[in-house]
Amino acid sequence: MSESEGAIAPKFDVIVVGAGPAGVAAATVCARAGLETIVFERGRKPGVKNVMGGVLYTRPTAEVFGEFWKDAPLERCVIEQNAWILTEDSAIKLGYRSRQFAEDIPNSFTVLRVRIDEYFAQQAEAAGALIINETKVDEVLQEDGRAAGVRTGRPEGEVYAPIVIIAEGVNCELTKALDMQSDLRLEDAASTVKEIIRLDREVIEDRFSLGPEEGATIEMYGASTQGMLGTAFLYTNQESISLGVGVLLADAVKDHTTPFDMLKQLKQHPVVAPLIAGGESGEYMSHLIPEGGYNRLPALFGHGVMVVGDAAQLVNGLHREGSNHAILSGKMAAETAIEAHEKGDFSAKTLHKYRQRLEKEAPTMNDLRKYRRATGFMERHPWMLSLYPQLAADSIADMMTVDPETKRTKQWNIVKDVIRRGWIPRMVWDAIDGGRSLI
Amino acid sequence: MIAEDANQGLADKLYLVKYEIDEENCHLIIKDEETCRRCEEKPCIDRCPAEVYRWVEDEEILEVAYENCLECGACQIVCPYDNIDWSYPRGGFGVAYKYG
Ligand SMILES: Cc1cc2nc3c(=O)[nH]c(=O)nc-3n(C[C@H](O)[C@H](O)[C@H](O)COP(=O)(O)OP(=O)(O)OC[C@H]3O[C@@H](n4cnc5c(N)ncnc54)[C@H](O)[C@@H]3O)c2cc1C
Repeated sequence: MSESEGAIAPKFDVIVVGAGPAGVAAATVCARAGLETIVFERGRKPGVKNVMGGVLYTRPTAEVFGEFWKDAPLERCVIEQNAWILTEDSAIKLGYRSRQFAEDIPNSFTVLRVRIDEYFAQQAEAAGALIINETKVDEVLQEDGRAAGVRTGRPEGEVYAPIVIIAEGVNCELTKALDMQSDLRLEDAASTVKEIIRLDREVIEDRFSLGPEEGATIEMYGASTQGMLGTAFLYTNQESISLGVGVLLADAVKDHTTPFDMLKQLKQHPVVAPLIAGGESGEYMSHLIPEGGYNRLPALFGHGVMVVGDAAQLVNGLHREGSNHAILSGKMAAETAIEAHEKGDFSAKTLHKYRQRLEKEAPTMNDLRKYRRATGFMERHPWMLSLYPQLAADSIADMMTVDPETKRTKQWNIVKDVIRRGWIPRMVWDAIDGGRSLI
Repeated sequence: MIAEDANQGLADKLYLVKYEIDEENCHLIIKDEETCRRCEEKPCIDRCPAEVYRWVEDEEILEVAYENCLECGACQIVCPYDNIDWSYPRGGFGVAYKYG
């Protein structure tokens, strides 16, 4: 149904705003419990507005969508994960590969959001939720200080429910309008661009040494973002490669390199170029990633309202985990909505259980708390992604070069170079502050 | 589809993106043009992944090609004067990715 088509019932048990993983997970769980559930999605269908790398983690997803890997439109099962540190023309590579990741319950899959979001939405509909596409929620309606429904762009577009679950994603306009979150700052979001590069299945499998359903991921640090705080990624799909790069806005504004140019430079990097050679450009896209984490959590709940997923900043950027926290937070908000309906109490007194669940039943809060000082650390040590990559690469190159110098002399030269540049105090501080902030 | 070639410009990339353009409404509104004139950095221009913002030198105005917008939201955050009245396009309009 779209904004221009027919009327919908004016009253539901639960309204969900946004059909991303967080909203759809919430709607699925509510509908399964028999609650009359409606989801509004501004896109033509679920998924068309959404972008991720993306690696989807099986276990958290299965908590809502069961054995989805048996019939969902997945790309490849990730059996190899790599972290590369790039300098301008070289790479230090570290990776882990094991077939174990594909056995029993596979650990993770690469996905394309337009396909997977549609699949999740079908599960919600099968459970009995009503999904209304092409409909933007313009306002959360309030009565006596509690959320009571939403106003949409449809004619006669007001719909009421005692509970509204906001799953609107990173640009949290509704959450802000309810004063549950303040304006995002430059430190609170990373700007990303991504391109789909189409390649034959056999070429991908040859280049990355993969079997038919197997996939590999590469995260790239250092020169991939020109030393700015961010990462680049390359993930294998069935017949394409997802290549993207993201930088914290606070760092990006210091430089004139546009997101598009950064992606272009990544594609030209001598270590990356051969992996995508001969491909065809399939799509170019952009999206923000919430980076505020624990320090920037909104009010997660209020009277008649809960905020889930990216809208609540529930992303662990360091481990590229977002969809899992989105799904789990959706599930926990739904369980809280079910409890509220059983009690007939929709006030914050009941809905605060949502936060408790996130603390106790999911790794979400603990993980976010663990990394709450990570961004601050990087801001205090802006050279982390430029100085160390270059130093490490130079040292390795030197040790590997066979020339008249003895290995001992080479080692000593590296140490002397570090001392001469006056880096020792800085390195000690990096180590102490890094230990405090990240471990 | 076009052959992947590192020299392709942004226009080639945007050509691949599917949009449903809302001819009646612009969803990115500059609140006060004078503020943009005074703004030295104009970070909206460089931070936009789709070159939506362009400074027209002779007219001294910021041109907004909202039809190219990928709806990321960066411009709203980077504007030092909170001078962009930002919203998503109306339901059903705007970018519609094929892969995502
Ligand atoms: C480049 C990139 C790479 C990533 N890689 C990974 C990865 O590898 N693994 C991982 O787990 N996570 C990854 N993430 C993060 C992950 O994509 C998000 O955490 C996740 O999508 C959050 O889900 P959500 O449902 O909260 O929000 P979204 O997926 O953003 O969904 C929000 C939905 O709400 C709709 N909407 C918004 N406002 C309204 C409104 N007013 N009315 C109606 N509908 C509305 C939108 O159209 C959208 O469909 C990545 C993100 C990016 C940008």
